[in-house]
Amino acid sequence: MKQKFNIIESSCVPLPIENVDTDQIIPARFLKATTREESFFGENLFRDWRYRPDGQPDPDFVLNDPRYAGARVLVAGKNFGSGSSREHAAWAIAGYGFMAVISSFFADIHKNNELNNFVLPVVVSEGFLERLFASIAANPAARVRIDVPAQTVTNLSTGESESFEINAYKKYCLMNALDDIDYLLEQKDKIEAYERKAL
Amino acid sequence: MNTLFDKIWDAHVVQKLDGGPQQLYIDRLYCHEVTSPQAFDGLRQRGIRCLRPEKIFCMPDHNTPTHNQDKPIQDPVSKKQVDTLSANAAEFGLTHYGMTDPRNGIIHVVGPERGLSLPGMTIVCGDSHTSTHGAVGAIAFGIGTSEVEMVMASQCILQQKPKSMRINVEGKLGKGVTAKDIALFLMKEMTTSGATGFFVEYAGEAVRSLSMEGRLTLCNLSIEMGARGGFIAPDEITFEYLKGREFAPKGADWDQAVAFWRTLRSDEDAVFDREITIRAADITPMITYGTNPGMGMAIDASIPAEATPKALDYMGFQAGEKLLGKPVDYVFLGACTNGRAEDFRAFASVVKGRRKADNVIAWLVPGSWEVLRQVKEEGLDQVLEAAGFEIRQPGCSACLAMNEDKIPAGKYCVSTSNRNFEGRQGPGARTILSSPLTAAAAAVCGVITDPRTLL
Ligand code: SF4
Repeated sequence: MKQKFNIIESSCVPLPIENVDTDQIIPARFLKATTREESFFGENLFRDWRYRPDGQPDPDFVLNDPRYAGARVLVAGKNFGSGSSREHAAWAIAGYGFMAVISSFFADIHKNNELNNFVLPVVVSEGFLERLFASIAANPAARVRIDVPAQTVTNLSTGESESFEINAYKKYCLMNALDDIDYLLEQKDKIEAYERKAL
Repeated sequence: MNTLFDKIWDAHVVQKLDGGPQQLYIDRLYCHEVTSPQAFDGLRQRGIRCLRPEKIFCMPDHNTPTHNQDKPIQDPVSKKQVDTLSANAAEFGLTHYGMTDPRNGIIHVVGPERGLSLPGMTIVCGDSHTSTHGAVGAIAFGIGTSEVEMVMASQCILQQKPKSMRINVEGKLGKGVTAKDIALFLMKEMTTSGATGFFVEYAGEAVRSLSMEGRLTLCNLSIEMGARGGFIAPDEITFEYLKGREFAPKGADWDQAVAFWRTLRSDEDAVFDREITIRAADITPMITYGTNPGMGMAIDASIPAEATPKALDYMGFQAGEKLLGKPVDYVFLGACTNGRAEDFRAFASVVKGRRKADNVIAWLVPGSWEVLRQVKEEGLDQVLEAAGFEIRQPGCSACLAMNEDKIPAGKYCVSTSNRNFEGRQGPGARTILSSPLTAAAAAVCGVITDPRTLL
């Protein structure tokens, strides 16, 4: 969802699993939609982990645990979003209501897809991630604070803080609720000049 | 001092944004039915058209049934996606190869085959296996749907420039070792995230000696090591392959193009952010035992002790055991990885004079109508049919099971596709990735078999 990012303060949903691939985030059978209703994708986020084969929510899966309801930040194990490039995975994460995902490593395409859909991927060190998981395990209501202007993320249970990378351009877009296409549409002169020179 | 990657990339930069991405001009955008509808929707919402419609090519492939394509698609959702692509292409004035068009097929098979993908180009598609087109010496990579919309709107994309890596495969490949085995070997060595953030140039004698089709297979799998893409500098094999293809330059333009393409190589003293050299002699026919493509091993090896228990559980295997001799339920030949004529030729070379095992259901799915035409022209269809196999109509098919070609839960499928994730070939399906030779060996023996024993 296009929204202006500034400071995100929220409890977290912990998913301490490594190599979560986009097939798990949103299984291929949900790629058949032809529109971008985020709520539809949000409802099917982690579908096969979240629901039992009979369609009932699996109480053992973290998204069905009422202690984490309302959290806007997903905390996931290393190499999040590998596999298929499907942007539906980012729509599902955004559609569920997450504004940020914290992990120690993201797969490339997925990371971009998150940024393009107003979900902030926050890369932290493995130690920070481990301790954040520990804080959440000790207290399911544990909160983090992500300061986008300052590019810092803080584990509010321990006070531990780290800075994270985001390029100046994307940061500008997130903070002003502008997307890449808004920007590129203003560049037509430059595109035509390139074509005259190169083609 | 430049890498070939730098040369092609830098020639396409429209501008560099402050502290951020570069605006890259795109020569070709391919669209299939799954990842494009929301991009078209986005254009409509913004009230804009495609900036350069002549550079955009559309075709359905993921949902297409592999039987009775002349009849309406049964699954209403699949039908809707396929119809939506056709309507969108018409509305926005884009070239569209519909399901029964002789130019239709899996987009990554069709692009090179029609000469749409050419050396020195930048090519994108809302599909991770766009890396395939790198085999012709292009920078080709998968993008998300927002980025598809971006390219439709501006013929440009905003991207961080990836780092460069060169992978040299030195020496000659052994008997029965194919491009697919090189890729599975690399994924095992590098893991599925080992090349994240990099664009890979494949080089070395073993790579140079691959046919165009083998190169397409190798580049196809770049993404499974996490790479943004992979490519191979164009050479005589590339030019020979492209010459005379529908969209390749003709006459004097051809000569001029080839003269330029010959300059497309990394300088002798080019420095890569990372360089890896492996020996072709170390590579054997490979097979996967787990649930990501990096969980592979030599076909005659035993499953390593450190294999992930969750993956083995799903696959019904145990650490320490061999896969040789394990019964197989399904065999799938096809996908943008191994759905080209050379792959059918390899498969046929093993089954010739043998018969399909009774316990195996085999799906042989050409990557395009053109592949099917070639298969028939070479008489491979007769060899395959005489051995008890049937060839289906083109599409992605059981590679991701979006059509009705689904492997049932718990069944083992030796597959020439590129992904063995949980549920990829159908809920509960157990996928074992291999080359077409290894798949053929499993199909005739009914159990996992080292193809070298049949060659
Ligand atoms: S064949 Fe498989 S990997 Fe290739 S484009 Fe189709 S679904 Fe994707």
